[in-house]
Amino acid sequence: MLENAFRGGRRYWILLGVWVLLILLGLVFYGQQLTQGLTITGMSRDVTWGLYIAQFTFLVGVAASAVMVVLPYYLHNYKAFGKMVILGEFLAVSAVVMCGLFIFVDMGQPMRVANVLLYPTLNSMMFWDMVALSGYLVLNFVIGMVTFDAERKGAPAPTWVKPLVYLSIPWAVSIHTVTAFLYSGLEARPFWMTAILAPRFLASAFASGPALLVLLALILRKYTRFDPGKEAIQKLATIVTYAMAINLFFVLVELFTALYSNMPHHVHPFEYLFVGLHGHAALAPWMWVCELLTVGCVVLLLVPNVRRQEKYLAMLCALVIVAIWIEKGMAMVVTGFVPSPLGKVTEYAPTPPEIAITVGVYAVGFLVLTMLYKMVLSVRERLEVT
Amino acid sequence: MDQNRRSFLKKAGRTALGVGCGFPLLGSGCSALKQGSTDAAASPIQWAMVIDVRKCLKKEVRDACTEACHRAHNVPKIPDPEEEVKWIWTEQYEHVFADQAHEHTEAVMKGAPVLVLCNHCTKPSCVRVCPTRATWKRKSDGVVMMDMHRCIGCRYCIAACPYGARSFNWRDPRAHIARDENNQLPSDYPTRSKGVVEKCNFCADRIRLAAKPVPACVEAANSVPGGQGALTFGDLRDPDSEVCRILNEKHTICRRLSLGTGPNVFYIV
Repeated sequence: MLENAFRGGRRYWILLGVWVLLILLGLVFYGQQLTQGLTITGMSRDVTWGLYIAQFTFLVGVAASAVMVVLPYYLHNYKAFGKMVILGEFLAVSAVVMCGLFIFVDMGQPMRVANVLLYPTLNSMMFWDMVALSGYLVLNFVIGMVTFDAERKGAPAPTWVKPLVYLSIPWAVSIHTVTAFLYSGLEARPFWMTAILAPRFLASAFASGPALLVLLALILRKYTRFDPGKEAIQKLATIVTYAMAINLFFVLVELFTALYSNMPHHVHPFEYLFVGLHGHAALAPWMWVCELLTVGCVVLLLVPNVRRQEKYLAMLCALVIVAIWIEKGMAMVVTGFVPSPLGKVTEYAPTPPEIAITVGVYAVGFLVLTMLYKMVLSVRERLEVT
Repeated sequence: MDQNRRSFLKKAGRTALGVGCGFPLLGSGCSALKQGSTDAAASPIQWAMVIDVRKCLKKEVRDACTEACHRAHNVPKIPDPEEEVKWIWTEQYEHVFADQAHEHTEAVMKGAPVLVLCNHCTKPSCVRVCPTRATWKRKSDGVVMMDMHRCIGCRYCIAACPYGARSFNWRDPRAHIARDENNQLPSDYPTRSKGVVEKCNFCADRIRLAAKPVPACVEAANSVPGGQGALTFGDLRDPDSEVCRILNEKHTICRRLSLGTGPNVFYIV
């Protein structure tokens, strides 16, 4: 089945070529990072996690969102998602691959990565996150491959895969919950130490992931013979709408608690985010764009006539992804370190090598995604012919 | 009787939690229980330090401490402040004691320099989060230790430490350690590689075998005129120790007590 990913037209090979080039570029800079250390990044004594860990957090959300197609299809027998489910599962696979790589490139001593398995530490959330993510990767890959192989043969999926499907549903919730626990269990960082973090992570994940799926489906429909069906797209649009609305609600709840209680430890990070602290306001313009996009998208998505027109829907989905990327992929991680435990405000900006490595990791994810999707499309095209 | 019943219930609860350890929450709850009940009580010694802030107002005293410590442990001097490695250093009173400082703090303490270092907490957050047990609380004497050969450089401990006591080696530190005219390092203490976290270890190697254990910083402060008794080191479990005597007699404070980490560095202000 996988052999389909190694056959294709000119456009397919050009696309793969682009990913490979970006991967090579990332590798060059990763070589530099290996020899010189993480000094080549914008991270510092006070802001010790940056772009890498932020992308990891964002992508765990994308991975978890597969459950938004798996659950309606398998638990509620929602047939319209029939063609979409495999796209969701394989998107999750590529997202988890990127998550793992982002953790890896962030490590100061990557050669010692096996220590996490050699000395499993039950009280560390990082250990549990590794368990959750690797389990989720295996689950989605196995479920995706087995069910798709059955589809190819025109046979029902083997019965043993059903329990795995059911297991993958709570498992999807667990990966983003445990990822939130990485942060929310730290008494040293009041910005992260909030019970709303895990629910917020899930809400924003269930908005950004399905939004990405809508975009991918529309792109595939434009350039290939794949058609997920109008109903599936619209159902995803509804999911994006409600998830985004709930996300906005959670943001407001969090802001109220911090600002009304007026406790300095809780107010300072938000001050830094929206108006700046001690004259440092690097993230403020981004945050205002993010919140404007969030409110704008919720309002427009709620209007049925806007949501139903696919050209507007595509644009709104793209904006949803941008808004949540700013929130999770930039602001959320860095602000946890502001101000530092010793009251200092240190700004963070990623360096060009750091950005190149980040793009390289994304290219690996998109390479995996392109090849898996190509396999799906080729098999389905052949099925339609016969 | 009551005691027996309690300990039985505790054991039963722990066993029940142990059975369900496959789930993250229970797993961490389980180990938190263990940490809370046994570790702290079991250590026969708990090293601690009392810092007299007023005696450290003299720059020479503080400099002597930092200098002695950083020489004893081959700590690099990195010019870029964003990549500095520090074991014991000076911060402003308002930043060290953010919860205590207020507008009407007495004049002498306003902006006063205060020595800070690892607090060797009774319930260290860094130990709780480390995914490889590269940092742990030594059972024999309560020192929070660091294995630089096991550390994977994930920096989770830095995120978890409420005191900013930990430093990461963003680059190879060896190029930034001042050598003498014979190209010798200041001490035999192993140098670190890039990509690992380090911090104060209460001179773990030095105090372990000594008859009268004195860390390098304490020794250095005592040798500076006017610095005698600026830093006092001793065992909290020994009621006759110097630190216990001071803690009994004087009013002392700790950093961020409300977080529950149980710091073992005390300050007289």
